[in-house]
Amino acid sequence: MGTPSLAGKGFRRRNLLDKVMTGLIYLAVVLAVIPLILIVGDVVAQGGAEMSLTFLTHLPTPVGVSGGGIGNAIEGSAILVGLATLIAVPIGVGAGVYFSEWPESKLSFVSSFMNDVLAEFPSITLGIFVYIIVVLATRTFSAVSGGIALAIIMVPIVARTTEESLKIVPTSLREASLALGIPRWKTVLRIVISTGRSGLVTGILLAIARATGETAPLLLTAFGSNYYFGGNLWSPIAALPLLIYTYGISPFQDWHSAAWGAALVLVGFMLLLNLSLKLLIGRKFAGVRAEI
Amino acid sequence: MEESSGIQLTSAKGIGRRRRGGDQILKGLVASAAIAVVILLLALGAELIIHSSLSLITFGPSFLIGTTWDPVHQIFGALPFLFGTILTSILALLIGLPIGLGVAIFLAEKAKGRRMFGYTLGTLVELLAAVPSVIYGLWGLFFLSPILRTYVETPLHNYLGILPIFASAPFGLDFFTAGVILAIMIIPTVSAVSRDILNAVPNSQREAMYSLGGTHWEVIRKAVLPYARSGIFGATILGLGRAVGETMAVTMVIGNTPRITASLFSGGYTLAAVIANEFTEASYPLYTAALVEIGLILFGLALTINLLARLLIWRMTRNTRFRV
Repeated sequence: MGTPSLAGKGFRRRNLLDKVMTGLIYLAVVLAVIPLILIVGDVVAQGGAEMSLTFLTHLPTPVGVSGGGIGNAIEGSAILVGLATLIAVPIGVGAGVYFSEWPESKLSFVSSFMNDVLAEFPSITLGIFVYIIVVLATRTFSAVSGGIALAIIMVPIVARTTEESLKIVPTSLREASLALGIPRWKTVLRIVISTGRSGLVTGILLAIARATGETAPLLLTAFGSNYYFGGNLWSPIAALPLLIYTYGISPFQDWHSAAWGAALVLVGFMLLLNLSLKLLIGRKFAGVRAEI
Repeated sequence: MEESSGIQLTSAKGIGRRRRGGDQILKGLVASAAIAVVILLLALGAELIIHSSLSLITFGPSFLIGTTWDPVHQIFGALPFLFGTILTSILALLIGLPIGLGVAIFLAEKAKGRRMFGYTLGTLVELLAAVPSVIYGLWGLFFLSPILRTYVETPLHNYLGILPIFASAPFGLDFFTAGVILAIMIIPTVSAVSRDILNAVPNSQREAMYSLGGTHWEVIRKAVLPYARSGIFGATILGLGRAVGETMAVTMVIGNTPRITASLFSGGYTLAAVIANEFTEASYPLYTAALVEIGLILFGLALTINLLARLLIWRMTRNTRFRV
């Protein structure tokens, strides 16, 4: 190296350190991505072998009897998440509108903070809570209690994404509407919400994705069932994540296979939903991801 | 004139009333949703305290330091679970933090010129967060645990078995596997929050260090990371909160044996796991109350960790458009 002054030992060492650290940073990225590839690969390989129309539509069979399916779990998950969405969307959107349109109020500060805390809460404690207020009170595990538990998980996500997507609606739009003599409530409903609606929908879908994969609170509320939903919302109900858990820890080979098949259905649903949302909205909601 | 102005007046008043009425209704509706969120969290805490009162009164503070969990003889101590939760969470941080931080540095500092490349990798890491925890559990149980036992735990035990942390015979379903699974699960949290923190570091910091002749690593190490320190600490604590509350994946790989030991290769138990396993089988009131008290401890732990993390991240990002 012909360059004077800079060509000293220190310079070479610093350059080397720079290269080493850059390498380590790339290594970290590789190490972070490998588990995703392994998990998805494993789920597709093991679960793919199970996939058939029978598997998706039939009831589980006892151990040793072939031809069982996970139809009741798929149906149960759809009912639970549907119930949860019905409960969570009005509360979540309402709270989000309040956080965004009345940000200066004390309630907004307190509630928005608690919303953040709730979003990070261990879901199993939410399960205990719903067990106490619903299951104990009604003396039965039920679809309703499961729906409420999932709704509590969805509310903070919906509220946060609603707030974020309404906040980016330009103030000038609100001012223009108010200047035309349109009352505030109409401005909020017709101008602000309809401008930010794609963000709202995104938030709701993210919350649905999150709720679909949630297991822990369902152990104490929905409980699981081996049958199709019989029309009674006050009885235990099956759910995909519950089935994966109980079959996964069971000692039976065919149940393990069924668990992998169910895992493929669940992961496929989650990844498709997340990926399509991600591609649709780009980086706009990078801070509010599915897992919140 | 007078008449028309009179009409004008009343109709203006009417509009005003209607307008205020509509505003009040909307504000009332959305404010009650905001109040519902507050009530939910307060009720959550209150119910946990009320329904654990039997156990709180029976055992008092000794519940926290009791090492025996014996439902048959009605002796309940939470220490083995507290130990398991803290040990696995610390393991998760030790493994997950450097990787998560590395990803964040890559996304914020290295991938800037190559948006598509960085974006794709960032998306892949974020997708880790979209995988449900029960899937991590299933994968941990059938794939990761045997691999770790054969290729990591057994060699460590054979060569470094004199160290207490590697002392017991590898089992596969143990603290170590639970720690690794948790590490994978907190990487997206740590990396996404840290990336936003690093993006919030003003460019003048970097430019100043470059103008002094710093290498890229020196810019990161001496100008960016020190500035972002408290925010990254917040991201770390947030990751810790995730690890502490995680239930399903841990329940499936930790072995579920209440034990306090220095060996990472021994089966253990965590607060969340014992609730998941035993809650619906608790056969008498004191048993249920003890489990609710475990839930209360988890609640307190998660609340403290969260408040700390929020404070740190808020201090770092309050002046920027990023919200974490």
